[in-house]
Amino acid sequence: MALTGKVWRYGDNIDTDVIIPARYLMSFDPQELASHCMVDIDKSFAKNVQKGDIIVGGKNFGCGSSREHAPVAIKASGIPVVIAASFARIFYRNGINIGLPLLEIGKDVEKISAGDKLSVDTATGEIKNITTGDVFHAHPLPGFVEDIAKAGGLINYIKEKRKNA
Amino acid sequence: MGMNMTEKILATHAGLKEVAAGQLVTCKLDMVLANDVTAPPSFKEFEKIGGPVFDNTKIVLVPDHFTPNKDIKSAGLSKAVRDFVNKHNIINYFEVGRGGIEHVILPEKGIVAPGMLTIGADSHTCTYGALGGFSTGVGTTDLAVALATGEAWFKVPEAIKVKLTGTKPAGITGKDVMLTLIDMIGVDGALYKTLEFSGEGVHSLSMDDRLTIANMAIEAGGKNGIFPVDEVTLAYIKNRVKKPYTIIESDADAKYCRTVTINLNELVPVVAFPHLPGNTKKVDEIGDIKIDQVVIGSCTNGRIEDMRIAAQILKGHTVHKDVRCIVIPGSQQVYKESIKKGYIDIFIDAGAAVSTPTCGPCLGAHMGILAAGERCVSTTNRNFRGRMGHVDSEVYLAGPQVAAASAILGKIAQPKDLQ
Repeated sequence: MALTGKVWRYGDNIDTDVIIPARYLMSFDPQELASHCMVDIDKSFAKNVQKGDIIVGGKNFGCGSSREHAPVAIKASGIPVVIAASFARIFYRNGINIGLPLLEIGKDVEKISAGDKLSVDTATGEIKNITTGDVFHAHPLPGFVEDIAKAGGLINYIKEKRKNA
Repeated sequence: MGMNMTEKILATHAGLKEVAAGQLVTCKLDMVLANDVTAPPSFKEFEKIGGPVFDNTKIVLVPDHFTPNKDIKSAGLSKAVRDFVNKHNIINYFEVGRGGIEHVILPEKGIVAPGMLTIGADSHTCTYGALGGFSTGVGTTDLAVALATGEAWFKVPEAIKVKLTGTKPAGITGKDVMLTLIDMIGVDGALYKTLEFSGEGVHSLSMDDRLTIANMAIEAGGKNGIFPVDEVTLAYIKNRVKKPYTIIESDADAKYCRTVTINLNELVPVVAFPHLPGNTKKVDEIGDIKIDQVVIGSCTNGRIEDMRIAAQILKGHTVHKDVRCIVIPGSQQVYKESIKKGYIDIFIDAGAAVSTPTCGPCLGAHMGILAAGERCVSTTNRNFRGRMGHVDSEVYLAGPQVAAASAILGKIAQPKDLQ
């Protein structure tokens, strides 16, 4: 599925505390979480994000707490895919498990700037920077992790597996 | 090819003879943990799958983050946990006043043991590697599936061998070892990897040191941290672990992607500056940094040895007039022992506040939130921007000896600065 969107660009080690601070963790309502998303690093994000925009981060995106509230807040903000040099492992699992595509492209993130327009095929992992003309390829998901992503998340995957058992 | 400890534990739990780094496996879980923040959202996902819990004796639920309930919404979270416990007859539930901080009480009560595979919906679940098991943090959805199926998928991680040489000197804590390591390899130095600690230096680390070190494996990006089982481990688990357990050892020809060596003899007290746990500096080299608050506690440093170290330093001193010092024993047992040994008297006489066990200030939940511009020396695990309160506050991570000395002097300090 090809997605086109404008880039919100963040740096290295974006932790889950800045994605959604603990003071908002009393709720698990996706829209309420989205209303505070990125607040401690970018107050303009929640106000100005448009459905279809894309977050691009540096190394170790989503480090820190295991709070799944973080990818949920991003997804509920209307972000269809997050691209980063690398992801922290719990955030990576959580993203796959809730059906938020995450693409890892290493140093190629340096060729993407805030406001660039990207076209992303989450199935093939191909990313086109429409603004600059660059094309990147994300590392493919390994083995059955791809099946979890295709099912739209871990709950659907497990339900399908149980139905077919 | 030989296997390391993590590979062996994952292989056994996947029903395989051997596994290698990069392989995807589905493992049976020995213990599944969650708290008042992560459990309630997972119950909704659990209901979507349907059916009973996989095993009511292998689930641990601990309300510790926003407890004692800090407001009406958090009271609702704790109530959701309690309702689930009653509905599914969860045996290992630790109510406020009967437990403490999850990662302090699971080892303390013998719920985790060598060779076990544990997941928890809390990033610091990696703590239990100190006992020679595999444990790692997951999110809400993984937790929901684990509650229903007793299984989780893993990618077998590559392993970094952390070779500890020498002997830990007096005045150095496990926190100094770990902050030094994170400085060496970076906050993503162990991303997707295991940190396996080895070498003769391990034997000079107390169990509380090891729990602190394994606890912060996540702060280097690690999937897990793991220690070999030795006489210190066996002495700790004796009279705690009541069920059979398996001691796992790495093969002599096990594969490691990297070896990092730390000579414990050379370590000095360190502090991690804002806003990353890898911004480590030697306390000797930082000059005068005035502080407003000190927190001694958490799943990282809320154990009896931490209380002892802090009490020995605070004894006969008073907390600096410009500093609030908050001491939080990590469990009811640690609290009670601290009372018996006179540590709590020392803390109160010094002018510190002593709290019932809670994660509270570590994640900026309650019990010690920072205002704009305030600085805190904390024995907790994260110093991210806004972690303990206002986005313009600062957290400096250190061991209990540095935290206690800093509380007395009103600036970041170490015990020798008191002389």
